This record gives sequence, structure tokens and C-alpha cells, in this order.
Amino acid sequence: MSENQNNPADTSHEVTVTPEAGTAVGHPERFPDPGVPDHKHRLTDTDPRAAKRAERTVTILFVLSILGTVGSIVAYVMVPPDGTTSGVRLSTLLLGLCLAVSLLGIGIAGIHWAKSLMGDKEMVQERHPLATNEEDRAIAVQDLNEGLADSGVVGRRGVLKGAFFGALALFPLAIAVPLIGSVGGDWNVSKFKHTMWKNGTRLAIDPSGRPIKAADVTVGSVFHVIPETTEEFRSTHEWINEKSKAVVLMVRLNPEDLRTDQSPEGETWSHEGIVAYSKICTHVGCPVALYEQQTHHLLCPCHQSTFDIADSAKVVFGPANRRLPQLPITVDDEGYLVAQDDFAEPIGPSFWERLK
Amino acid sequence: MATKQRPSAVGKAADYLDQRTTIGVLVKELARKVFPDHWSFMLGEIALFSFVVLIASGFFLTMFFEPSMALVRFEGDYPPSMQGQLMSAAFSSTVDMSFEVRGGLLMRQIHHWSALIFIGSIVLHMFRIFFTGAFRKPREINWLVGLTMLILALAAGFTGYSLPDDVLSGNGLRIIDGVVKSIPVIGSYMSFLVFGSEFPGSHIIPRLFTLHIFVIPGILIALIALHLFLMVLQKHTQYPGGGRTDKNVVGYPALPVYVAKMTGNFFIIAGVLTLMGGTMAINNIWNYGPYDPAPVSAGTQPDWYILFVDGALRLMPGPGWEWVIGGYTLSMNILIPAVVVPGILFTILFAWPFLEARVTGDHREHHVLDRPRNRPVRTGIGVALFVAFLVCALAATNDIIATHFSLSIFAITWVLRVLLFVGPVFAFFVTKRVCLGLQRKDRELVLHGHESGRIVRFANGEYVEVHTPLDPQEVWLRTQHTSPRPLEIRPATDARGVRRQGYRSDRRWQRLSEFFYEDRVEPARPAELAAAHSHGEHDEIEARTPAAVGPGTAGQGTSGPRTAGPRTSGEGAAGPGEEPR
Repeated sequence: MSENQNNPADTSHEVTVTPEAGTAVGHPERFPDPGVPDHKHRLTDTDPRAAKRAERTVTILFVLSILGTVGSIVAYVMVPPDGTTSGVRLSTLLLGLCLAVSLLGIGIAGIHWAKSLMGDKEMVQERHPLATNEEDRAIAVQDLNEGLADSGVVGRRGVLKGAFFGALALFPLAIAVPLIGSVGGDWNVSKFKHTMWKNGTRLAIDPSGRPIKAADVTVGSVFHVIPETTEEFRSTHEWINEKSKAVVLMVRLNPEDLRTDQSPEGETWSHEGIVAYSKICTHVGCPVALYEQQTHHLLCPCHQSTFDIADSAKVVFGPANRRLPQLPITVDDEGYLVAQDDFAEPIGPSFWERLK
Repeated sequence: MATKQRPSAVGKAADYLDQRTTIGVLVKELARKVFPDHWSFMLGEIALFSFVVLIASGFFLTMFFEPSMALVRFEGDYPPSMQGQLMSAAFSSTVDMSFEVRGGLLMRQIHHWSALIFIGSIVLHMFRIFFTGAFRKPREINWLVGLTMLILALAAGFTGYSLPDDVLSGNGLRIIDGVVKSIPVIGSYMSFLVFGSEFPGSHIIPRLFTLHIFVIPGILIALIALHLFLMVLQKHTQYPGGGRTDKNVVGYPALPVYVAKMTGNFFIIAGVLTLMGGTMAINNIWNYGPYDPAPVSAGTQPDWYILFVDGALRLMPGPGWEWVIGGYTLSMNILIPAVVVPGILFTILFAWPFLEARVTGDHREHHVLDRPRNRPVRTGIGVALFVAFLVCALAATNDIIATHFSLSIFAITWVLRVLLFVGPVFAFFVTKRVCLGLQRKDRELVLHGHESGRIVRFANGEYVEVHTPLDPQEVWLRTQHTSPRPLEIRPATDARGVRRQGYRSDRRWQRLSEFFYEDRVEPARPAELAAAHSHGEHDEIEARTPAAVGPGTAGQGTSGPRTAGPRTSGEGAAGPGEEPR
């Protein structure tokens, strides 16, 4: 790399031409601008028959466009979508093709017309410097100064000026405060830290809502789990917000495969190899839904964060930094899987106040 | 004229208007205004016309779309799988307009394709502006206007993408929520600000709708008007060529040629977009289903213009990059790819015209475009940025690459991580070298002519290929530019040895300037051409016939024993482009 060999002190590398005897003398600094190239005539300029032919082509293209428009109206009336995918596709295809012919006809005709029949001699126009000339500039400055002087703000009345700019700067607050104040709803950031899981909430199958018995969970099977709640609640917006935080992925491993989970000393958060982890990725919140039975890896399809279910759902690869929070579970008297409590830490992506 | 013959209807209308608006002055200014011609000048036009198609098809869609998250049970006949399913009115109305409204699906698909082409053509247009130096004085303001429009176009694309409230776009919004939450101090509140409650809430679709159909296009239209006004006021740039200078503009008149070509171009672009909308299915939301926080499908990609951010998110390694400072959480693993990377990209782009003017010490107006080879560092940096963009975009498809080529996704990610740093640097040096090489090629062609393929054998057995000199137009094209030099600054101390203020800052700028312009190739000069001729090769070859050549008389140039090869002679120690260092 030649730039590394440069002597930094020598910043300007003059290109010197060794003057051969007499050759460097009397030559201009640059080659001359040869001017705009000579105009070349097109076939349509010189051959009237070619011009006539081009005219015909343009006409035909315009007629084609008219046919396309007519065709699209015919397609609209004759081929209504019959409610099936193929019916909709056919209608879309016909309408699209006809409209395309109608548009392309005009477009190609216009371009062909311009290229073959309109004048193609290049013209030269002067540019003028964009800056206003000195005289007009002086007048403009003078006008501005006179205007300012007329306003009476220049030089004196500092309080007036202050009040004027103060009022202008402040009035948007009267609009912005109510707007911004209301636009965030209740601004209750602590909601990020809790889900609707609580002691005794049954684990239910998503989306049917049927509670799950521990006995029904075979080794190796994967369950997409929601908290059990009423059908009525599950048709509300509140439910969608709650579900966004509460979804859980439950897997039954061979108890000997389950190396660690997140239970603290003296507690058991899993049940005979059944572990339940938050399904919301700790990266940016996609549902972590791809489970690989062989490796016990759980992969987020959005950004490929990979978690090891057999090892506390810790991050094995990818952009997530934290393990998936574990839902402590056990079984109730009837043999249904239930939560012992809410998650021990906030689920999902990190946020500033997460640990506060 | 009016007194002599009866005025036509058009004439009367024109007269009526002019008496009330002085419009004659405007017509006089614009009707025969000259615009230069080049295919690359159409890229911006494609953006403009796809925007018009977006407005037209978007108007159609607003007639049938219901921007509401109210939960409804799907009542339509088709698709049967959705019968009775609970979904938002936004999703259900989008399915309805696809299946029940004639031409509804066509318009949806035209709208989506137009959006992709719109942003694509903006980016290509920007490449053209960047690599040809069209952002230089006086067009810096228009560069800023254009960049702002690019950001608005991205915002328009993303807000529109999210409106149908399907699983795919819903997960996209959730990623946005995750990114917003990672912003330090205000992130959590920003999330509430955007969604009006916790994610997803019931406000986001109407809010996005207002942004998508009113705020963003409104600002875009105003900026397009400003963009075009400045373009007309400053007159269009032109590529170098015979007769084209910074003081003139060479091309065809607005009326009739450009009016016809632009109108034709609009209809062709609209036609092609319609063809795409009619024949190529896009965003079949009924296959994804309405938004539900639990499911997600594997192998999904965002629209192309979001790929680079998504890819950056995928490339960033997570562990160790979430910092807890004083109990507060700072997610650098999200902030760096989603905020810092696009931030750096757009900062460089916004600052570029001013940075380049500063290191070039350039205050003149430029209307003749640069050939990219003549600005090797600019071209190199442009290509480097593009390569970084490509690597990130490629990273967003790492799962697709993995499944299609049966590769390990971890391996692909690692390769791309390395490539993100190595690729741009490599691309910069290669591009810069290629540019310098092309400049030397220009010199060589001017000084020695084109290879003609005609081999001449002299009586002494020597073979020579005859080179044909360039015509004046080509000579001009290859020599019209000036090769900028690094800045020169006043010395650190004055005559009395007193250190002057501002030297350090000057020196820093000079260093940057050296980075830009240290390696330079001067365009060939007439004196050099004369010198090359006096070396003897060309003239002698032209002058002497093979029979007349005596041994030893063949060009005794300064370039040593290899006098016979015009291709190599003149490229020796005295090769003026290769300043000995």
C-alpha cells in the first residue's frame, strides 16, 4: 500500500513532468474542450418513411392502451372474485394485466414519440452564479435593517424582547403537555415486571385454554402454555396484553437430562423433569418457539438467540444476554400443573428500570 | 397577434390566466428550460413516480381499510379457516378487501411493491448522487432534504407494513418495542408513548394509520416540492463531456422532449408496478393469521429496507453486553445494532457534503459531475458503507441461508461478524486501487492511444502494435477533471517563532485531507502528450514504412532499451502518475 510510504511532512505530491528538450514549452496547461459533439441525425430525421413508420407504431401503442382499459372493465364485470384464493388470484391477474397494458401502452408510446419524432438537438443554456449580486444583497440587508428598526426592537426594550421570545417559546407547552401526558396511557412502567401468573394458576394449552395434567405430558413433548382463565376474559384487549407477557413454553425432559434449572436452594421449580420457561425472548421480545429435541436447545426464529433448556435456559448463542426466566411449577391435588408464583424476575427484553 | 387573427381557445385561456397571475413569466422561464440527459438521472424520477402510484393505490386502500384494533369475530366466507376467529378490525378489513373487493388485492399488491421500489429507487438515486459528487456546492441543502425524505420513506414503509395487524407485522412491532425499551432512561416511557399502554394495547394501529396516511406523506409531499424546486432553481447537474462546463447546461428542452419523456416514464413505471401487483403475490396475510403474541413463524424476513437493522441485531453477540450501572440496565446488545449502527450510517451521510468540502478546501459551485474514479477515497468509502450494509442485510437472512445450504447458523453468523469489520476495509482499499488504476488507464489512453490490433513488423524483425490516437471528445472526457491536492496550512510558528492558535486543528484537518488526496493521479497534459510523441514511438511508427527502417533507428526514447513497445514505454521511472516516493 503506497500510502503508507508517504512522508507525512511532504503533503503535496507535485506531479512533475521531466521537461524533455523543448517539449514542455508552449503547451497549454490542459487539453482544449472540443465543444458539444456534432449532432447526429436519426433515421426518422432523414427518412420520411421511417418517420411515418414511427408515427404508426406510436398510434398502435395508444390504441393498445385503449384496448387495455376496455379489457380491464370487461374483467371487472365478467370475472368477479368468487371468494376462493384461485378466484381472487384470477381476478387480480386479469385486472392487473389489463391495467398494465393500458398504462404501458401510453408510456411506451410517449417515450417512442419523444425519442423518434421530437427534436433531439441538444441545446446549451448558460448558468448564472446562484448568489445574489452585491448590489441587490446590499439592498436586501438595508431593507432588513430598516424593517428591524421600524419594529423598534433593536437596541432597546430588552424586557419586551425577552417577553416576546419567551411567549413564543413557551406556548407550545400548552399543547405538548396535555398531548404527551395523555398519549402514554397510565405510564405505569412497573407493569413490565409482573405477569398474571400467581400461586395456583393452572397451566393451560394455547389457544384452547384447556388445563394440563402432569400425567399427560410425555417425555420430549413441548407445550405452548397460557395461564388458565375464562373464555370471556380471553376475548378482551387486556388478555392480549397479559398474554404478551405470560406465554410459557413447557417441556418434559428425562429427569437425568435436566442438568440445572433456576430453582433457588431448597425449592423445586420443575416437576419430574417438566420445566416451564417464559416464551418471550430476553433479546427484543419475539416468541421463542423453535425447540430442538436432540440438543434441548430453544431457538428464537427472529434473531437466533439460542437457549439451553436442560441448563437453566442459559444463552448458548446469539444476541440475547440473559437466560429465559423460569416459571416455578408444581401439581395441584387433582394432578393439574399449576404455577407456584409469578416469574421471579421481569420477563422479556431489558429496560432501564428492570432491576429497580 | 391577437388583433390580426382570432385567438384560439387555448390562447384565450392563457391570456385569461396571465392577466390574473403573470404566469407568462413562469412559462417563459420553464417551457424551454434545458435538462441534461442520462439514464441515471431517471432513478430519482422512478422514486417520484412510485410515490405517485403509492398515493393513488393508497387512496383506494383507505376506502376499505378500517384502522381499528377493536376485536371482531371474522364473518367473511373466505378463508374458511378464519371463520369465527377473534381478530382486530384492521386485520379483518384487510382480508375482506383482498377477497371481497374487486381489484382490492391488486391494489394492495401494487401498493406493497411500489413501496419496495420507492425506497429502492431512492437508495439507488442516492448512490448516483454520492458517487458522482452531485451533493457538492450548491446542492448540499438538497442532499439533506433528500436524506430526510429517505428516512421518512423508511418510516412510511414501516408504518404501512404494520397496519394489517397480522402475526408477521405484529412481531415486527414487538421487536420495535424491545428496541425502544433498550433506550437508556426514557426507554420504558417511550414504549408507553408509542403504544399508549403496555405492548400491544389497542392504540397502535390507529396511531400508525394517522402517521402513515397523513403525517408522513404530508411532509414527504412538502419536501418533494422543495427538492424539485431546488433542482429547477439550481439547474440539473451534467456528466462531463464536450462543451459541458460549470457555467452551462447542455441537454434537451423541457417542452416537448422532457414533458413527453417524463409522462411516458410515469406511465411505464405505473405499468410495471401494476404488472408486479397483478402477477406477483406479496404479503398474503391470511396465511399468517391475525396478530397473537404467542406464535411466530420461522424463516420470516422484514421488507428489504429493514434487513440491515434486523441483520445487525442478529450479528451482535449478547452475553456480556448488557451492563448494569448503579442498578439500571443498559442493553448495549440492542442499542449498538439498532440505534448506534443506523445512527453512524446516517450521521456520515448527513455530514458528508460538509466534510468533503472541508477536506477539499473547496468553495466553488460544481455542476459537472465527477467520474467516480476521479475521487478514489470518496468512491472507496461509499463502496465500504455499501458493503457494510450488504453484510448486515445478508445477516438478516442467516436462517434462510442455513436451511437452504445446510450450513450451521452459528458458523454463518460468525463469518458475517468477521466480514462486517473486514469486508468494508477490504472493499475500501480495493475500490481505491481500482479507481487509481482507472485514472492511470485514462492517462495512458490519452498519451498512447487505443490499441488498434494492427501489428507491424519492421525490417529488423521488430514487432510493434500501432496505437490510434483518441479523438478530441474522448481526450476531453479523460482529462477534463482536476485532481484535488491535500490542504496546505500555515506553519505552526510564525517568522518570530511564536506558535499560532488553531494550528493543531488545522493539522488535524490536513491529516484527514491527506487521507483523501495523498494518492493522486494527475490528468494527462498536452505537454506530456507531446513528450510521449517525442520519445519517438508513435510518430516513427506512423511515419516510417517497414521497408524504410534502418536498424537501430527505432525510437531511442529515454525509457531505455524497451523502445519498441508503446504500451510499456513512458510507464517507466518517468511515469508521471507514479510519482516516485
